[in-house]
Order: sequence, then C-alpha cells, then structure tokens
Amino acid sequence: MTFCGATIGLEPPLALLAELTHRCPLRCAYCSNPLALDPASRELDTAAWCRVLDEAADLGIIQVHFSGGEPTARKDLEALIAHATAAGLYANLITSAVLLDRARLERLRNAGLQHVQIGFQDTQPAKAELISGFPGGQAKKLEVARAVTDVGMALTVNAIVQRHNIDRVDDFIDMALELKAGRIEIANVQYYGWALKNRAALMPTREQLVHMDERVRARLPELKGQLVVDYVVPDYYAKRPKACMGGWGRKFLNVTPSGSVLPCHAAETIPGMTFDRVTERPLADIWANSAAFQRYRGTDWMPQPCRSCDQKEIDWGGCRCQALALTGNADNTDPVCDLSEHHGLLAEIAAEDGGTAEAPITYRSFSL
Amino acid sequence: MTDGVTEEDRVRLAPGVMLRQDRVRGHWQLLGPERVLILDEVALEVVRAVTAQPQTDQPPVTVGMAIGALAAQFDAPRDEIAADVLELLGDMIAKGFLTR
Repeated sequence: MTFCGATIGLEPPLALLAELTHRCPLRCAYCSNPLALDPASRELDTAAWCRVLDEAADLGIIQVHFSGGEPTARKDLEALIAHATAAGLYANLITSAVLLDRARLERLRNAGLQHVQIGFQDTQPAKAELISGFPGGQAKKLEVARAVTDVGMALTVNAIVQRHNIDRVDDFIDMALELKAGRIEIANVQYYGWALKNRAALMPTREQLVHMDERVRARLPELKGQLVVDYVVPDYYAKRPKACMGGWGRKFLNVTPSGSVLPCHAAETIPGMTFDRVTERPLADIWANSAAFQRYRGTDWMPQPCRSCDQKEIDWGGCRCQALALTGNADNTDPVCDLSEHHGLLAEIAAEDGGTAEAPITYRSFSL
Repeated sequence: MTDGVTEEDRVRLAPGVMLRQDRVRGHWQLLGPERVLILDEVALEVVRAVTAQPQTDQPPVTVGMAIGALAAQFDAPRDEIAADVLELLGDMIAKGFLTR
C-alpha cells in the first residue's frame, strides 16, 4: 500500500493520546516527555480539547487516552471525559494517581471514564520514590488503585521496568492481583526524552532481562483469565524491531498540551520535522496530509535493508525515534533489527550502560 | 488459572468493557482497556445472548440458557453450537473481555 500524498487506501486511526498537560508532581527519571516541556500558559483550553475530541470521533478514533504529564492536574478533566464519552469515544486515564482521591474518581466515573491505568515505579516504597522523586507516592497510589476497582472501573497496573526494579517483576504481578487489576502492563523503559538522559542509570543487564523474561513467561499460564498481561519485550536485546505505534501514521495520533499533532509521542525529538496544530488545521486533514505523518508513512520512505525485506509491512521499519537516538539519523532502519548495519551498537550500549555501576539519576524538571 | 467454561456458568462483560457499534467502520466490537475485539455476526449474537439483560425478578441467564436461545434463534442443532459457544466464551474470558 502506498499513499503518495493521497488519502486513497488510508485507514482511519484507532487511538488518540491526548496529552492534556506536561505539569506533573512526579519527577520520574524515565519520563518520555520531551526535555523542553510545554508551560501551562500554552495548554489548549477546554473548548479546544472538546473540538479535538469531536474531530477525533468523526475521524474514526475509538479510544482516547488522557495522559500527560499528569492529566488529573487539569481541573476540566471531568468535562473532557464527559465530552469524549458523549462523542462515542472510550475513555482511558493514564495517571500517576497521586493527585486523585475517591471522590474525584467517582466524578470521573460518572463522567464516563471506563479505565484507569496507574504507573508504579516499584513495589517497595523507598525504591519507588527514588525513581519518582515524590515522597509518599507509593501509599497514595495503592490507596487510589483500590478505590478505582471499588467504584467499578477497570484498573491497569503499569509496571515501568528498569535496572532498579526488574528483579521484582513477580512482586509487580502479585501486587496487580492483590489490587484486583484486570490488566498489567510490564513495560521496559523506552529510552527517549528524560529516559535517554538517564540511560546509564536505568538500563538493566542482559542477565536481569533474561531472568525477568523467564519469570513473566512462567507466570502467564496461571494468570490466564484472571489478569491480562501486556508485556513489552525490551528493545535493546531484541533481534527484530517492533512495529512502533503499529506503523507510523497508521493507527495512532498524539496531541501535545499545546496542540501539536504527532505520529508518536517522541516524534518531536526528530530534527527537521514540522508539526501541524489542531488550532490551525482540522484533525482529519492533518491525519491525511500533514508532512509529519507523510514522512514515514507506508513503505516508500524506507532505505535498505527494509525496502526489499518481506517484513516491511509487519514491523514498518521499527521505531524512527530509536533510529535517531542510536544512529543519529531517523531515516535509518531501526538498529534493533539484526539486519541493520548499526545493530552492533545495541550490544555495545547494553554492555556499557547496562553495567552494574551506579550512575547518578537526573530527575525530570521544569526549566522554563 | 481458569477451567473451561461450563453451561452452568454465568458470564458478564468484564469491568471497563462495553459492546458498541463502530460508527465509522460499521462493525460491532467489544471495547476494553487499551483493546478492541471486532465481532463477526456470530460472535455478536453470542455476546448478546450470554449478557442478555434478564427480567428484574429473574436470575441472569446461564451459558446453557443462552445456548438454548441461540439454537432456537438460528434453528440449529443445540449440540453443534454448544461446543463452539463454549470455546468462544473461553477465549473472550482469557482475553479479559468477559468475566464469570
């Protein structure tokens, strides 16, 4: 399938990541937000978001993920969820939970929220707070997680895995079961944004990853029908790339706090990209015609070895942001692929940064 | 660990799951946390039958009752469809769309 600037054959997107704000009380060292964060004064207002949600539903989007930053920092979250639900969208909330309480969860549920995903930095409070830089966070997260299922919403435990907690993957699964979560996401940190800055402090060793992988696979049979496990295999030790975002500009779009529309949440790291804004152009037009979406959509942009590879419409060349971060050029084949001439870099980085030496952590900060 | 679904079981949509017609694409689907299951005509009728809203003064339907209703609706031999329905429900439970 080729697009060539035309909309013929272009399928509608499935999901919208609505980054309502970059504000967040946590300072996680693995944050995937850009190093240059949008200040509150540049955030889209309620009316602009409502229009985006209507346009998203008309375009064929079925799920909206309210995210950030910390989306509950927006006082109009209830209004936005109610608007999304009325437009026929399925509403997910991706949250740190530390600003929530039961009363607000009830209001969000009444507005139409179906699902709450809470990010956990660890199972042990002191270690969790080392990563998040937020004292008291773990107890608050556990309290809110219990309230989520108590008021009748679906709960996902998002276990964000890196060197300091990877040996406790069993504990994460047990915690999810104890919290009555319907789903756990075991997500190895992806090294963009702040996480790339902290890669030396966060990347696990190969031995740690092998052990984690064995533990997750050993637990899967007993969890069937009880806990849905979404397990993201770590890139740096893989042989074939993931179809990042299901393929660039194929299923997904991301709207930033100030209204830029991105094919993936890290796309702003790629030099030479121009992004259209929801305040200047209709979402359907952006999806079909925006230069940012056209740049890596389909297969025409691909270099070798992708161009002549029989996997090209399966992995869509992997991740552009990773190709950039590791090879210096976003146009290259994702070096996770062992057919890439740069694949050897991964082993070097994993050996270097995945060492056991304690590297210092740089906390995410707002420097405006 | 879950054992196979039996005709005595009662199933319902899992928390956070809704049955909805896609207004752009036209098909019916189950929407859940970060997931979508597109239903063909048969799967749609099975989901409707097993989650049928019972009368307020009656208990919810069992899987067996739903199979009986489907057999009547499609004028098909009960035994033939029972195995297919139980397998389909087992799969939907494993994927977290239905719960017992």
